[in-house]
Amino acid sequence: MMTGLIPYQIFVKEIISEFRTRYALNALMMFVVTTLTMVVFSLGDNDVPYEILSGMLWIIIFFSAMSGLSRTFVAEEERGTSLTLRLLTKATNVYIGKLMYNIVLICSLSVFIALAYQFIIDDFVVQSQSIFWVTILLGSIGLAGASTILAAIIAKANTKGTLFPVLSFPILLPLLLTCIRATVLAVEGAFISEALKDFQILISFAIVMIAASVMLFNFVWND
Amino acid sequence: MINMNIFFKVFLSLLLTAVIILGIAIPTVSNPQGFFQFPFIPGLEEKARNIFFHVPMAWTSVLAFFMAMFYGIQYLRTKNPDYDLRSVSSAGLGLMFCILATVTGSIWAKFNWGSFWNWDPRETSIFILLLIYGAYFVLRSAIEEDEKRGALSAVYSIIAGVTVPFFVFVMPRIMSGLHPGSLGDEQGSGPVVEMNMAPNMLVIFFASLIGFTMLYFWMYSLRIRTARLEQQHYSTE
Repeated sequence: MMTGLIPYQIFVKEIISEFRTRYALNALMMFVVTTLTMVVFSLGDNDVPYEILSGMLWIIIFFSAMSGLSRTFVAEEERGTSLTLRLLTKATNVYIGKLMYNIVLICSLSVFIALAYQFIIDDFVVQSQSIFWVTILLGSIGLAGASTILAAIIAKANTKGTLFPVLSFPILLPLLLTCIRATVLAVEGAFISEALKDFQILISFAIVMIAASVMLFNFVWND
Repeated sequence: MINMNIFFKVFLSLLLTAVIILGIAIPTVSNPQGFFQFPFIPGLEEKARNIFFHVPMAWTSVLAFFMAMFYGIQYLRTKNPDYDLRSVSSAGLGLMFCILATVTGSIWAKFNWGSFWNWDPRETSIFILLLIYGAYFVLRSAIEEDEKRGALSAVYSIIAGVTVPFFVFVMPRIMSGLHPGSLGDEQGSGPVVEMNMAPNMLVIFFASLIGFTMLYFWMYSLRIRTARLEQQHYSTE
């Protein structure tokens, strides 16, 4: 192929290979349902402050995102298809294609979690739905943006799954703290202007992470 | 050449000995006169001495991490394994100085704020720094091939370094600070951080800063030389 694969084709390839087995989707759904059930049972009938509930929501999103994202490059190495991709196109195209797939995956995952969380936990009443959903969306993009290159690093290292949360937690912490804060604001029913500073942090985090990853991905991909 | 080396070591040990003795032994009085009396700062009192040890340690660890990142970038550019050696030697020293700064800061916090750890923004950010470099060394131990290990850990340290500015913006919004120099610092400990401390304290402080920086460079060159010898040993075997 003369022009090389464009990122969009890699994105479509990811979607097709995912729907062939539906492994990640099914596993993640079950993961979310299990975690939510545990949260509900551990809360019991107690009155839990909404700050803690907001933090809990992001703990669930963080860990389910970690288990979903770690597969993107590991699966490529396991099937032995990474060499083909490397021959076909530039590293940047691979990165952008994978990033698009990860963003779609994490966005749909966290939307599902957020809906289920609001539905199951009665004490968690979001008064400003607009702040809430913007936070979920921007948080997911930041999560996917920072984690894609880490997933590539993990795939090259010998330990596959366990190292991923360890590596990504310190990097994602500014994002998670900001998301929790914005969620608290959403539950309190703040005006959208109050959450604007947090949105700025989330947007710039995603941009900085993606820009740094585009520059560095080549060193991870072509070793 | 050898004479210079000995001169360097003797000077360094004399300097640090002087800093430790003077920093601990000079009494604090409410009306200081002459070089051998420190001013009495309300709210800090005798605990102000920590600035001669804690701040230079924190500064040295930042310097070491910065050097590690710099050599990481050089390694990615040239793929020269010597740069990876420099990078990891510096990162190890940075982690050590970072732990020392955390311990001295924590002990100081116990007597000034009442608890060893209370998630002040500075405490949180030094904790994140420890987490990042802890993860960095775990990542290195997980990869066996030298070339791959160098490249992946360099990429990780750069990605982690990029997030640091966010803590500066995010942390103050999450929690208010107690650390000297934070906004709303009313304990009277501000002057120490704003560099208008007493002249004799300033002299000892900068002597300590120079001493710890020299100590870092000395340990760094030792580590590099042993690492190179180790590498030679394994490649000739």
